Amino acid sequence: MAENLITPENLVYKKTDVLTDRILHYCPGCGHGTAHRMLAEAIDELGIQGDTIGVAPVGCSVLAYYYFDVDMTEAAHGRAPAVATGIKRVMPEKYVFTYQGDGDLAAIGTAETIHACNRGENILIVFINNGIYGMTGGQMAPTTLPGMKSSTSPRGRDVATMGNPLKMTELVAQLPGTYFVTRQSVHTPGNARKTKRALKKALEFQKLGKGTCFVEIVSNCPSGWKMTPVQSNQWMEEHMFPFYPLGDIKVPEE
Amino acid sequence: MKELRLMKGNEALAEAAIRAGADAYFGYPITPQSEVIEYLMRENPAERTGMVVLQAESEVAAINMVYGAAGCGKRAMTSSSSPGISLKQEGISYIAGAELPCVIVNVVRGGPGLGTIQPSQSDYFQAVKGGGHGDYKLIVLAPATVQETVDYVKLAFELAFKYRNPVMILSDGIIGQMMEKVELFEQQPRLSEEFDWATVGKKPGRDSVIVTSLQLQSEEQEKVNLRLQAKYRVIEKNEVRFESHFCEDAEYLFVAFGSAARISRKAMEMAREKGIRVGLLRPQTLYPFPVDEIHRLAGQVKGMLTVEMNAGQMVEDVRLAVNGKTQVAHFGRFGGMIPSPDEILNALQQKIIGG
Repeated sequence: MAENLITPENLVYKKTDVLTDRILHYCPGCGHGTAHRMLAEAIDELGIQGDTIGVAPVGCSVLAYYYFDVDMTEAAHGRAPAVATGIKRVMPEKYVFTYQGDGDLAAIGTAETIHACNRGENILIVFINNGIYGMTGGQMAPTTLPGMKSSTSPRGRDVATMGNPLKMTELVAQLPGTYFVTRQSVHTPGNARKTKRALKKALEFQKLGKGTCFVEIVSNCPSGWKMTPVQSNQWMEEHMFPFYPLGDIKVPEE
Repeated sequence: MKELRLMKGNEALAEAAIRAGADAYFGYPITPQSEVIEYLMRENPAERTGMVVLQAESEVAAINMVYGAAGCGKRAMTSSSSPGISLKQEGISYIAGAELPCVIVNVVRGGPGLGTIQPSQSDYFQAVKGGGHGDYKLIVLAPATVQETVDYVKLAFELAFKYRNPVMILSDGIIGQMMEKVELFEQQPRLSEEFDWATVGKKPGRDSVIVTSLQLQSEEQEKVNLRLQAKYRVIEKNEVRFESHFCEDAEYLFVAFGSAARISRKAMEMAREKGIRVGLLRPQTLYPFPVDEIHRLAGQVKGMLTVEMNAGQMVEDVRLAVNGKTQVAHFGRFGGMIPSPDEILNALQQKIIGG
């Protein structure tokens, strides 16, 4: 019945075909769903679904291939940039992206991330930074803020013994291999649109073969942070954004 | 057209990779196999065949690059030596779990740990019993000559794609470093086929291809394991390869692979000059292992001596195959030491004939 109501005249929004119909397993209020949609819409709007190969990480988005309707490989924890390198090197005409969380990209996969960026692999790295290990149940991440509580920093992250949060995006921006480096968020419609523009731009740059494009999305983790979705977005604005300021970090010269 | 060359094992291996039509090689330098990537970089196969050669930041990255390229249905390869092969185990397990074809070469050196850069066969267990986590098998080819190294590169890619399974060439520092006359096969075309299991970009009207080793449901993961086990049974039936020397009238048998088999052959000749009828069985595939042939010979000989450059690894598989029908002993030198034919013959006399 419902489909009869949808006609070309009154269609104002349609789920992109680059997302499958599977129900997302992410927790209510989590930013992954919106981040997925922005990337999928960017792929859709560029008309490159059939030419895109994705690499899923280990972490909450381990099952990203359930949702993106593109060919995808599931990498070992942290190895996505190496797997993407292998794909891109043998299929240079394809668009290749990785989608990785902070533990995957900035802890166990630090070497793979830095070296893929330093070689200037023509891939898109999407980095979801929510400052916590979501899938394993809220342990400290490399990006956990000083003083922030997690199940492995129950009294708050003590930088003297647990080390400092790693600003991976600023770090890779220093490397000559990166071409476009930006930090965005998806917690408001406006921010989500900006993120999509950044992702689209990154995929367009990939065609030029200019180097690695790196898009960080600062996100929330209501379950891991033990907050409601609304509280978590407020907390993110108040605490995460001052430490991880939004905006472009490295943009190609016009 | 025969093309004969005098080549170092590692360089011959690299040349064979180009000629086998490999699409990509990813590696990281380590003694005693660095000549593989050096030769490839010097030879610049991008110009000859379009093959990609990349020096990765680590063995971990290299095997994961292989994983990515193999998932695209390409002929991908890596090589390393023992400590580096340990680092690759995570990736190898994923490749085996995702059922992708690839070729991994281990030019074995002595261990454990950083060990020594001298030749050894102490990675036998790691190669034939899986190596990484989970129930999986690699097809393991053990060359004894530079010629076999070359021929096995081509064979390894054929088997890898036939069974969609990683294949390991288990060489050692002797074979990698020595120069021998070698006949090179002609240049094979690179693959042009697009496989329906490969990530090549989703075509309209077909489901997206997912390369993964993850099954969250136990029932599904058990099905994956059962499918793998069924494949391994087929491999065990079809792909056993071995070479026999003077086994027909043998009263005693050496069982040895790779370099140790070549030295054992000399020991066998010395024994026969003394009137001791010794044969040599050389497994060319370590997995699948020539179980039936060893079991058959166990009914014929008075005893078997495995000769290995390790503390006794293949001897366990020989004992399983013999299943108590005859006595089995091990003789080995290890830590980079190479046994002499005299030592081997002495060991046969002390451990088997006099034992």
